[in-house]
Parts: sequence; C-alpha cells; structure tokens
Amino acid sequence: MANLKELAKKGHALAPGHRACAGCTFPVILRQVLAAADTPVVCCAATGCMEVTTTIFPYTAWKTPFIHSAFENAGATISGVESAYKSLKRQGKLDREIKFIAFGGDGGTYDIGLQSLSGAMERGHNILYVCYNNEAYMNTGIQRSSATPLGADTTTSPAGKAKPGKAQQRKDLTEIMAAHHIPYVAQAAPSHWNDLITKVQKALTVDGPAFINVLMPCRLGWAFQPQYAMQIARDAVNCCYWPLYEVEDGKYKITYKPREKQPLVEFLKKETKFKHLFRPGNEHLIEQLQAEIDRRWEELLKKAGDC
Amino acid sequence: MATQTKERVALTGNEAAALAMKQINPDVCAAYPITPQTEIMQIFSSYVADGLVDTELVTVESEHSAMSASIGAAAAGARAMTATSSQGLALMWEMLYIAAGLRLPIVMPMVNRALSAPINIHCDHSDSMGCRDSGWIQINSENAQEVYDNLIQAIRIAEHPDIQLPAMVTFDGFIISHGMEIVDTLNDDDVKAFIGPYKPAYSLLDVDHPITVGAIDFTDYYFEHRRAVAEPMFHAHKVIEAVAAEFEQKFGRKYGLFEAYKMDDAEVAIVVLGSTAGTAKVVVDELREQGIKAGLVKIRVFRPFPYRQLADTLSGVRAVAVMDRSDGLSGFGGPVFGEVRSALYDAKQRPIVVDYVYGLGGRDITLEHISSVYQDLLTIQKTGEVPTQLVKYLGVRE
Repeated sequence: MANLKELAKKGHALAPGHRACAGCTFPVILRQVLAAADTPVVCCAATGCMEVTTTIFPYTAWKTPFIHSAFENAGATISGVESAYKSLKRQGKLDREIKFIAFGGDGGTYDIGLQSLSGAMERGHNILYVCYNNEAYMNTGIQRSSATPLGADTTTSPAGKAKPGKAQQRKDLTEIMAAHHIPYVAQAAPSHWNDLITKVQKALTVDGPAFINVLMPCRLGWAFQPQYAMQIARDAVNCCYWPLYEVEDGKYKITYKPREKQPLVEFLKKETKFKHLFRPGNEHLIEQLQAEIDRRWEELLKKAGDC
Repeated sequence: MATQTKERVALTGNEAAALAMKQINPDVCAAYPITPQTEIMQIFSSYVADGLVDTELVTVESEHSAMSASIGAAAAGARAMTATSSQGLALMWEMLYIAAGLRLPIVMPMVNRALSAPINIHCDHSDSMGCRDSGWIQINSENAQEVYDNLIQAIRIAEHPDIQLPAMVTFDGFIISHGMEIVDTLNDDDVKAFIGPYKPAYSLLDVDHPITVGAIDFTDYYFEHRRAVAEPMFHAHKVIEAVAAEFEQKFGRKYGLFEAYKMDDAEVAIVVLGSTAGTAKVVVDELREQGIKAGLVKIRVFRPFPYRQLADTLSGVRAVAVMDRSDGLSGFGGPVFGEVRSALYDAKQRPIVVDYVYGLGGRDITLEHISSVYQDLLTIQKTGEVPTQLVKYLGVRE
C-alpha cells in the first residue's frame, strides 16, 4: 500500500511545462508510476503522445534518463538498455541498482509494437512495460487501434450513415501478456492511484519482466470535458469495462471489485465517441458491448476463483 | 615495429568476422539469424556459452529489434554489435537512420546478399547500397583477411570522438562468408590494446546526470541536427586513414580508402567493390603481360565516398568501367556508377565512364566477363567516343 503523505514528499519526476493536452491523463499515470519507484529508473517511450509532448528539443520534462528511438520498438530498445546494464554490472563497471521502465500507447503496444514487446517479455529482461492505453491512435488524430472498443467513433472507423463506428471488439492484451507467463501482469487505472502504485511497486520488485496495462481516458479522442477524466476512469472500473486485477506468478487476483457492477451506459454516455450508439437503431451495439463486458468479467471471476 | 601475427589459420569470412567480434568483446550483442550471416551469430553464441566473452547476448525476435536493442545498449554506454544480411538489413532500415542520427557508434558485419523479390540467398550489393545514405560508414572487404582487419579498425573509426557514427563492414555472401581462406590473426591482447576501452561521452545509466535521448525536433532544430550528422562524413577519411596507418604500423597490413592496382600509367581501368576485385586483378595481370595498360580501383570505403581521391587516381585514364553489383533501377545504372561518374566531373582529364551491372543474385563473374569489359574499354579508348549504351548488363540472358 502506498502512503500519500510519503509519496508527496518525493516530488514530481516529470517536470511541468510539457505540452500534453489539458485534462490529459498520461502525465497523471506517469507521475504515479515514477512515484512508486524507490531506486533510480531509466525510462523509454515509444513514439506517441507521451514522447512528443515531453521532449520538445531543447527542452525535456524527464528528470530520469530517457530514451525514445521509434514507434514499434520500445520493448526492444529497453531490452538493449537493460542488457547494457547487466553486462556492465557483471563486468564490475557499474554498481548502482537501477530499474527500467518502458511506456507505450496502445498503438505502440497492442499493434505495431506487439512483436517487439512479446520478444522482450519472452527473453525475460528485468523490465516493466507500462501501456498507457487510450484505446486509439490519439497522437496522429484518433484512428482506431486493436484496443478500440466496438462501436467507437474514430477517424478511421467513423460513425457514418452505413457503418456505426468500429465493427470489432477490443483485443485483450493483458491476457496475451499473461500468456507469456511472466512474473507479473496487471491492469490498472489512474482513478485508483493506490492500486496502480502498489502494482508498480510489485512489478519493480519481481525478478524478470512485468507488464501493466493502464486505461487512459483521452479527453481529445474520447471527447469529454477535461475535468471528467478521473470520473470516466472510475466509471470504466465500476462498469467492469476495465477490471483492476493482477496475475502474479500465474495467480489471478481481482484487486478492486465494484460493490455493485454498474451498467455500461454509465461509462458510454459521458463520451462523445459513443454518442451515435444512443441513436434509434443502434441499441444492438450497446447490447453487444455489454454482453462482451459481462462475458469477459465472468471469465475473469472464474480465473480469480471468485465465483 | 609490427607485432607478430598470433596464428595463420584457415577461416571462412564468417569465422573471421566472429573471431574479430570475440576479440573486440562487445558489452552487448543482438543476434538474429539470416542466411548467409547466421554462422557469425552461431559462432559468437558459442563464445558466449563457453564464457569466452563478457558480452550480454540479446537473442531478439527480428532484425528491427536487433538494431533497436543495439541502439538502446549503445545509448546506455555499452559497446554494441550485431550482424545481418539482405532482408534483415532492409527490416532494420528505419533504425539504421536512427542509430546514425543519435550518433551511436554501433559496428556491424553485413554479409551482402540480394534483396527480394525474387527471394535469393546469394551475393549482390543491393542491401548495403540501399542504405548508403543512412549515415553509416561503409567499409567493403575483398576477402576474409580484410573482413577481420576491417572490423577491428571499424571500432576505432566509429567510436572516434570526431566521428561518433555507426559503421558496417560488408563482404560478399557465400563467396567470402563461406569461402575458406588463409587469415593472419592477431593476439587477443593486441586487439584489445588497439581498440582500447569504450568511453562514451554520455550514458543513460549515469542516473545522476540524466539525459534525454531521441527528443523531437521541429522546424527550428531538425536541420541543425541533421547537419551535425553530415559533418563527420566530411572529415572521416582523415580518421580512417590514421587508423589504417596505426594498424599497418602495429600489424603490418596496409589499408587505404581504396586500393589502386597498377593504376600509375593505366589507360583503361575498372572500379569494383568486394570479392570481384580478386578476379579482376588476375585479368589486369594478364592484360599487362600483353602490354595493355590496364588498371583497377577497389573501393574499400564507400561511405564517406572518397570522391576527390578517386578523381585524382582516375584522372587521365581514357576509359573507366564501373562494376555495379546492384542495380539502381534508375534508368541510369547502379549506385557506384552515379557516384564515380559524378566524382570525375571535376577531373583534370575526364575519362569516358561506363557502367556494368553484374552478378545479381550470386550470378558468377568470370575472368572472361572481366576481359570482355576491358575489351570494351579498349574500343572506347581507340574511338574516343562515348558509347550510346552507357549501362550494360553483364552475364545475363536477355
């Protein structure tokens, strides 16, 4: 459990002045992740919102060492950094304790960077990979990704006269990572900061790779007023659209169970990207979405031995 | 005084490359197989398995990740190496530019192989020629000895404070990679002393002095950063020649930007890269016996391109044939042709320059082929006329 008072004393690992949108949640996630680390960290990011808004030359918002090389290779890039550390430490050229964290959006993680991520996880590097998942390619202007939910209105799955938004359900990357049988996999949300920080602390202590998928409400792409980001993240958790759980050495544990599972519409109605789903004739899409959420939640309950 | 050779041994080009890598003993090596490079990484993996090197081996899932991991490792202050061929190099393309742009002195043996389609595992230079503008220093090797010597020198060149650019040492797939030759090897300690320890100016692992690597530039800085990447290419020849001079002084083998073979009084000459130079030298010797003033230039350093020195050497030659083992598909011949011809524009006595695209996909190049090129040059010399067909395809059925 993280102690807010203690965390507050640590100061911000990300300097102010970066150019993320007002109401953007990746800086919140990033601060929570970095606040969890007790040892120095080296960070890496895939090309995306986080990297382009925090490293505009000649400025940088990063107070930790940071590397970005390309879009699809945060997993491989951080592998190289961690391998250099291992090698230099083994040769006695370095004696510091350092942790390694890579960040990627859902585009850089679910899609174009999946191979690189999978390779890094399979090789067992001592790294933590955090996906800040805003469920579409937001940096390039809200294009659908494999993390985008059914029916969402994006610029490459627009809600038009013939097609009502994205035609496919979301890919479950957290489960794909769990199938790598790495020591630690989790899902988190910035609304539940203590849960997120505790998960990062666990992830940084395991021997081997760890992966945390963090839901990141995007005020631009999901289209909501900036002050509602945390409320929307909380709704996602309470609707079981984004269950908070972890898989520690293969053992599933739901780390936050809503007292009463909320209907999905509570989450959907706050975002303009789902607005068209409430038009007459699109009821079936909400039903399909709800059915899939229910099915995956039941599956998770079974895995966690909670039913 | 030259140091004694450790051992005279029979090695394939791949074995020579792997041995050089063992003696270089990089901190990190990213490995991914591709024919005909695979053997280098197999042999190197056995060095790692037997504890003969300090290297952290990263067995990546693709060449794109091989170069990405090398970039991460080099930015973290490690001496990083990898190796590839053909499609592997093509998959690395994006990261090649980034390695150079971030000024990371990664060194890589690159075994030349044709690019698909059609898929073909044999030698041509399409792969390395395709990335000639990526900011990598390119050093070509005629034989296994040169592969070995060039790799050791490449470390010094790439890591030199005035250069700080990645370097690839290329050699012909199968012809050199799998052909066994006599190689004079050096002592481990001599190689270690020659390359010296790697002292990076910055490291991600210096957590007390955090740096941001790979920041975004807008219109206000991008051009300046790219200009800075271009700068070392303008003076790298000095460093390359200085490293070669030191290598010769210590180990007795001489290297330059290119080899001018019987060029002093040459009237006709060919310009060639890689293993074909060995074949062509035989033809030059035969022609010389007949009293024909034939010469040859073998380019060792293709990037940066030694245009001034080449122009000096080729000026006054009556007819020059450039041998391109890759096609530019430009309607104007291969890449070496374009560069040599451009270099000669300012020559005091400008030769007539023609191009021969040859040996694609490992097609054999014989003494007869090379002889026919010299015969063509002699005809050009006699008539003094620029042939209407500047670019010819040698050894193809058409």
